[in-house]
Amino acid sequence: MDDTRIRFGDVPWGAVIRVGLIGAAVAIFLCLVGIVPVFHTRPLIKDVISLGQTSVVLALLATGLVTARTADMRGTLSVLPGAVAGAIAGAGLTALVILGEVINVRAVFLNASPLLYGILTFGSGIAGSWIAIVIGAVLGAAGSVGARLPTSSRRPLTTFVLTLLMGGLFAGILRTAMLSTPLAGLGRLLFAPLGLTIVGAIVAVIAFVGASELFHYTRVRDRVNGMAPAQQRLVTWPLLAIAAFAVLMLPHALGPFVAQVIALVALYVLMGLGLNITLGLAGLLDLGFVAFFAVGAYTVALLTGTSEFGIADWPFWAAIPFAVLFAMVFGAILGLPILGIRGDYLAIATLGFGEIIRILAGSDLLSPWLGGPHGILNVPKPIAVQPTHFLAGPNQIYYIAIACAVLIAFVAWRLRGSRIGRAWLSIREDEDVAEALGVNLVQTKILAYVLGAGFAGLGGGIFASLVGSIFSSSIQLFVSINVVAIVVVGGMGSIPGAVLGALFLIGVPELFREFSEYRFLFYGAALILMMLYRPEGLMPTRFAAREVHLESQELGADTVVAAPTEST
Amino acid sequence: MALLDVDGINAFYGNIHALRDVSLSVDDGEIVTLIGANGAGKTTTLNCISGLVRPRSGTVKLAGEDLAKVQPHHIVERGVVQVPEGRRTFARLTVDENLRMGGFTLTSEANLRDGISRAYDMFPRLKERRSQTGGTLSGGEQQMLAIGRALMVSPRVLLLDEPSMGLAPTLVESIFETISSIHAQGTSILLVEQNALMALNVAGRGYVLQSGQIILSDTAANLAANEQVRQAYLGEI
Repeated sequence: MDDTRIRFGDVPWGAVIRVGLIGAAVAIFLCLVGIVPVFHTRPLIKDVISLGQTSVVLALLATGLVTARTADMRGTLSVLPGAVAGAIAGAGLTALVILGEVINVRAVFLNASPLLYGILTFGSGIAGSWIAIVIGAVLGAAGSVGARLPTSSRRPLTTFVLTLLMGGLFAGILRTAMLSTPLAGLGRLLFAPLGLTIVGAIVAVIAFVGASELFHYTRVRDRVNGMAPAQQRLVTWPLLAIAAFAVLMLPHALGPFVAQVIALVALYVLMGLGLNITLGLAGLLDLGFVAFFAVGAYTVALLTGTSEFGIADWPFWAAIPFAVLFAMVFGAILGLPILGIRGDYLAIATLGFGEIIRILAGSDLLSPWLGGPHGILNVPKPIAVQPTHFLAGPNQIYYIAIACAVLIAFVAWRLRGSRIGRAWLSIREDEDVAEALGVNLVQTKILAYVLGAGFAGLGGGIFASLVGSIFSSSIQLFVSINVVAIVVVGGMGSIPGAVLGALFLIGVPELFREFSEYRFLFYGAALILMMLYRPEGLMPTRFAAREVHLESQELGADTVVAAPTEST
Repeated sequence: MALLDVDGINAFYGNIHALRDVSLSVDDGEIVTLIGANGAGKTTTLNCISGLVRPRSGTVKLAGEDLAKVQPHHIVERGVVQVPEGRRTFARLTVDENLRMGGFTLTSEANLRDGISRAYDMFPRLKERRSQTGGTLSGGEQQMLAIGRALMVSPRVLLLDEPSMGLAPTLVESIFETISSIHAQGTSILLVEQNALMALNVAGRGYVLQSGQIILSDTAANLAANEQVRQAYLGEI
């Protein structure tokens, strides 16, 4: 647009109002579903802002941001559409407060409580209901400014927001970790029991925004990339060593509760990497992962358990190969009849197996051996040590799971470039052609399926030992879904992706148990957002990125092909 | 005895009788073409030969051996390789990996390397794009890749399904030149085409398939001169 002044009539008001109304709907949803009042109990920055308020702030900022993207206006008054949309979203909250004060909607919406209205009006009641409109307008304008900023100023802003969010969420854990060290005083200064202190927030923002800007402007990445390979190794190896050391020290630094959580995360990383072979390489969507997980778990529980169900009293190390072996045998038995089925149908068939195993494990028929719903208790840890020992409790499971995950990652990496790896990829691409080129479909698919089953069995065996018991109620469909979601969210076939996926989908919900009733809500929202904005996963392999963006790549290739023709 | 001998095969998709008593043969060192309209059963015939579809009756013999009980991957090992219609290269594998898949039944790395370098000699264009993925190639390059992939195992009989489909006229000519040169190196070819003019040009003999039945079989030159063929498939009125 040539004119620097925005003309009123140029603004696509219809679109602005629509975005504003969507923003209002989201904000009202956050309130009525209880996120705002429940999360209000958890401060992000102590005495400044709570998590509940943050959720509304983010919704209003997003309204402005989306408006700026939709109504792409430039010039002095270009914040106007964002401000209007934000105000509309805020007005939604005002309407909610007024409506709630006039008629009683609590009978339907349990969360439409005076507490909620207090949060939205800063305690001033119906008289202060207009505040939401003003705040909405300001935040909407801010969001739309943010959308139009050049990258150089948007990057620090994004870092700013992320630092506060992450700092606020993990402050309690960090504080606990620091209290047992000489840094206790610093821990108290920076972190409240819940959330950051004001000092902490300022320090964190300065530190992280400063570090990220410094990293950017000193062009560290370009410099390292420009180095000779030998020099690059001098930089990357020590960094890797530090990272590895940090990973190994994690359970000790963060205390027993977090240790249990990260042991579970490591376990899911292991299983995610296992499914990566079945799903990521061979393209077999296996939703019955939990079936083999159960086989592994019960095998370890029966072979090592000291309860009345224990049959062998073996050490963990002797039992775990059998857990893997039995899971693989089960995989072969279940796999043979169904692997002729293609695509989605295979997923449904495997889903059925997961359920069959769950029901069998809890059935009266098998309860004399498997304990039915009461399960098998007293599954010992792999290494018997004093509670104060370095390897006590979940720590040893954490190390075992990480060691197994590294092993699986190595196997997966070697398989990718091998003959069988190519056969899997080709089946995933085009079964008919693969068959026509001489790939034995049944054999090749069974191999992938059995391998995946073996890793599931390994995960199950370790799980039984981690928890110290196994119940039929542990054999949930959700285990399978978790593992598939880790692979999909992280990026199919990607090893760092599986780690990130497990941290995000297993670790975060476990750490925030007090909000566990919203677990599935966040889970669903996260998956939908992922599929919309980053379908290739958080950390896709180059291979997966190619796959999702194949069409745009094809366009690129055509222009490359066309260019030489024009020059001749 | 013919190298490839198809004798009276009947094939069904559910209740649909796709092939009715189809018989044809390919001798050692021949190019034979199978022409016919869309849906006449050309691809089904090829699929019956490569074992992807099993005929309900009739026999497919390679050098006298009945292939009825032979698994598709073993048929490849015996030297019958199909280049599927629509090319169907593995879009997300690189050119190199695609070729390696073509040589899947080869067990020695030396043979694989040998096959790949032969493919690159035949199609230098592919060598330039060896680490690109199949999906990023142009249509002509994909057809080269599909043919190169099939040639990896040095087949005795190459089954080509509509190699000219969807290609620009200049590319069609170069593909047919390639077919001639593959034939010159001693590979027998069964060529399925809708582009009857080009096909009859390179082939020695031909069959005309209509609604699942062979209605004509003759030398290519005679077929090209045949009034019925000219009207139906060569676009002459």
